[in-house]
Amino acid sequence: MTTTIEAPRSPYSRAPRGRGVNWEKWGWIYMRVSGVVLIVLIFGHLFVNLMVGEGVSALNFGFVAGKLADPFWRVWDIVMLWLALIHGGNGMRTLVNDYATARLTRGILKLAILGAVVVLIVLGTLVVFTFDPCPAGAPTDLLPLFCQAS
Amino acid sequence: MSTATIDQPAAPEAIESFTVTLIIRRFDPEVDDEPRWQDFDVEMFPTDRILDALHKIKWEQDGSLSFRRSCAHGVCGSDAMRINGRNRLACKTLIKDLDVTKPVYVEAIKGLPLEKDLIVDMEPFFESFKEVQPFLMASSKPADGKERIQTVAQRARFDDTTKCILCAACTSSCPVFWTDGQYFGPAAIVNAHRFIFDSRDENAAVRLDILNDKEGVWRCRTTFNCTEACPRGIQVTQAIAEVKQAIMRGKP
Repeated sequence: MTTTIEAPRSPYSRAPRGRGVNWEKWGWIYMRVSGVVLIVLIFGHLFVNLMVGEGVSALNFGFVAGKLADPFWRVWDIVMLWLALIHGGNGMRTLVNDYATARLTRGILKLAILGAVVVLIVLGTLVVFTFDPCPAGAPTDLLPLFCQAS
Repeated sequence: MSTATIDQPAAPEAIESFTVTLIIRRFDPEVDDEPRWQDFDVEMFPTDRILDALHKIKWEQDGSLSFRRSCAHGVCGSDAMRINGRNRLACKTLIKDLDVTKPVYVEAIKGLPLEKDLIVDMEPFFESFKEVQPFLMASSKPADGKERIQTVAQRARFDDTTKCILCAACTSSCPVFWTDGQYFGPAAIVNAHRFIFDSRDENAAVRLDILNDKEGVWRCRTTFNCTEACPRGIQVTQAIAEVKQAIMRGKP
């Protein structure tokens, strides 16, 4: 009664998990938390873009440029971009883990997903922080009308 | 519950029987390369079960039909099979609950190696079960050298998961298990849950650590197939979710 009984017949056969970070656990928690935040961010985004004011007909280059000039919408967009891409990438990763059986295919697919996520995050972040609707020295006929006003 | 009395009419009106077509997925490893579907016509009463139909086929039509069954009353968990695409116990599926105007499809449960006809190799399933250490581990001596006392509430905490009969209906209905046999599967997690939340057990942390694995509870996609398949009505997906919560808390 004072000893712990050993497991019957076979010892614990799975490779023991390293003492490092448990990515599966944090990945799962990330999906739940980012999912809740994304509901607010995405539906807020859709509501402001498509329904407020003139609605969907107001959407044009100037509208987006105006939004990206506002620090509030910059933060909103950057948070949405990072959360959504990592959320989607992680979801695709779990699908690959579930359905790709060969080690090589799994590796290739996961690398492709990682590449796509990184490229899109870098490009998106670059746009949000460096976007200038009226770059200096650009030919005037390529610029939107509101650039000439200022 | 009604008690039978003597002065009841002896012969109630005759219950009508009808012909049911069963299409069974057969596989004989000595003859077949691939499983094949074979149909049988059997005369059944509405109150008969699929297990009775299988018996009739085996005893009267084709003695080579192989399937497992033991108690035939939904307790031993031997005869889980896929009936009309859903995992059930053949001994608990009544003919009258199925649409008998169409043939009834019967096949072995999925995700485990097919051995013959409706028999699969259950060893990988029990392997996962063993790994969660499904037995009471307590180092303390119970008071007065007698039993370990538990309150009603403490017992009720894990009551649902004590009902498991290890029929594998849940695990073999899980799409994650179909594609990745390394996943512990719902049944193993249910049986871990039974001890993790038992106040008398002292090794919950070990089991939580085992299930906090790449192939552990985080692979669960909450599809509820297991809850739907369980012939004992265990809320399997909820039990898995409770284990997830316990892992995040670090204690049951």
